[in-house]
Amino acid sequence: MKFLRDTWLVYQRQMLLVLRTPARLVIGFVQPITYLVLFAPLLKTALAPTGATTYAEAYRVYVPGLLVVLVLLSGFFAGFGLLAELRSGVIERSRVTPVSRPALILGRAFSEVTTLMGQAVVITVIALPFGLSVNVGWLLLAYLMLALMALMACALSYAMAMLIPSPAALGPIINAVSQPLSLLSGVLLPLTLAPAWLVGIAEWNPIYWTTNGTRALFTGSPGDPVVWQGMLIVIALAALSVFWATRMFARQIR
Amino acid sequence: MIEVSGLRKSFSVGKRGKTREVDAVRGVDLSVGEGEVFGFLGPNGAGKTTTLRMLCTLLEPDGGTVTIAGADLRREPGLVRRRVGYVAQGGTTTDEVTGREELVLQARMYGIGKAEAVERTEQALVAFELADFADRLCRTYSGGQRRRVDIAMGIIHRPRVLFLDEPTTGLDPQSRAHLWDEVRRLRDEGMTVFLTTHYLDEADALCDRIAIIDHGEVVAGGTPAQLKHEVAGDVVTVGVNGSGPRARELFGDRPYVRKLDLDERGGLRLYVDDATTAMPQIMRALDADDIAFDTLELHRPSLDDVFLIKTGRSLRDK
Repeated sequence: MKFLRDTWLVYQRQMLLVLRTPARLVIGFVQPITYLVLFAPLLKTALAPTGATTYAEAYRVYVPGLLVVLVLLSGFFAGFGLLAELRSGVIERSRVTPVSRPALILGRAFSEVTTLMGQAVVITVIALPFGLSVNVGWLLLAYLMLALMALMACALSYAMAMLIPSPAALGPIINAVSQPLSLLSGVLLPLTLAPAWLVGIAEWNPIYWTTNGTRALFTGSPGDPVVWQGMLIVIALAALSVFWATRMFARQIR
Repeated sequence: MIEVSGLRKSFSVGKRGKTREVDAVRGVDLSVGEGEVFGFLGPNGAGKTTTLRMLCTLLEPDGGTVTIAGADLRREPGLVRRRVGYVAQGGTTTDEVTGREELVLQARMYGIGKAEAVERTEQALVAFELADFADRLCRTYSGGQRRRVDIAMGIIHRPRVLFLDEPTTGLDPQSRAHLWDEVRRLRDEGMTVFLTTHYLDEADALCDRIAIIDHGEVVAGGTPAQLKHEVAGDVVTVGVNGSGPRARELFGDRPYVRKLDLDERGGLRLYVDDATTAMPQIMRALDADDIAFDTLELHRPSLDDVFLIKTGRSLRDK
């Protein structure tokens, strides 16, 4: 009960800060929208071998990948914010209070997830005039999957920031993890176009499954087994990451 | 109110494989009474902040026992947190929120309900004279205003002990004086205040008792008056120009001189019990030995004299 209340308290505070600094939100949009406008139009032809012959079909394949990149990469950078807050003493001010320690981490993570999902909704809406059409129910399920991916990425990033508390060292490491992880999940182009060896490697990447699950929901095949497989995987990963992050935080920060 | 015994902390520094242990705090003993303003004085890097952070539950001590407001620091950190307030060096107000929002949030962090938090914030805004700008963003505040919000946050849960880490560093003289008044007001209301400072005048003017820390160890403690008396009754400074070494030799074995040293400007500092009897003797001795002097000054010892004697260094040189 205290834990829930404290998490809500931290969450509210972080959301207030997000709303008071809209510039940060806008910066988060710039890259995905650039891709949406300047890269996605190439896809109608590029995706033809997968059977996508209209812009609508191309966007249904591309937008979920774009959203996965958004939540993964932005989520992975949440650790930098945490380091900055640790440095500025804001977290220290909370730590001298009896506030729940996991709440300090989770309230922040949920605020990041909310921000990312807000951005995801805006990007989806912007993609509509380009011809994206998707069932609202499946879209909501896809958002749930994306939110869990965002939570996982934030939590992993927090845990890594606890392990490597220097922003200069953390940056390259996060890039080294997130780049292959997202490329190996077919976020730009689905890996159905990939040679067999690449698919073979990708199948070991859990994000590959969650990306395919999200994509299946967007393309209107919720019955595809990859949907429930991806969902199970992302639930497990998010739970593990959150557990790891709160443990690291409690140990390193007290 | 605060009992500290044998408090220790060391850090390992350096790269992997080549780490070495640095003892930041090596066996500190302190006793602070209820309602006291206690000053922890020392140069940068002496171990002041490390000690303070341990007392506020932010750092785990390597050894020693600490009891604060009846709670054991190691066994009951949660209880300690409820009973102490802490204001970090430099403060922690966030630019994008208002002073009022900061205070309400901090109260809520201590588990205080919403209505009560709003009520306490209102009281704190009045007590710390923050009401005029409480609804402006902290970004617009002056350094002194921010520091007052910080202190108001530190006591929003009505702790019995307030820890202030270098509360006036970086403030202009007027804000500094204002802050001293706030600290005195808190003491008058019964709060125990533990502050670190490297300003001697601050320790002298504000603190009931002080401890001097250097290289992780307490080297002296007591009331400012006691400490100054311990050093000497009075200090007589004689401007002897070039004859410093000779004058030093001359006074080296005089029974009325407790201690002496030469300062960097060629002045000879004589620590004596009572200047009224020592001054004529000093002048006669200088005259008899034909040492010319251009100034003869008498002053009560300052905490800087205490610091110089206890640590062999002047705090002001820092």
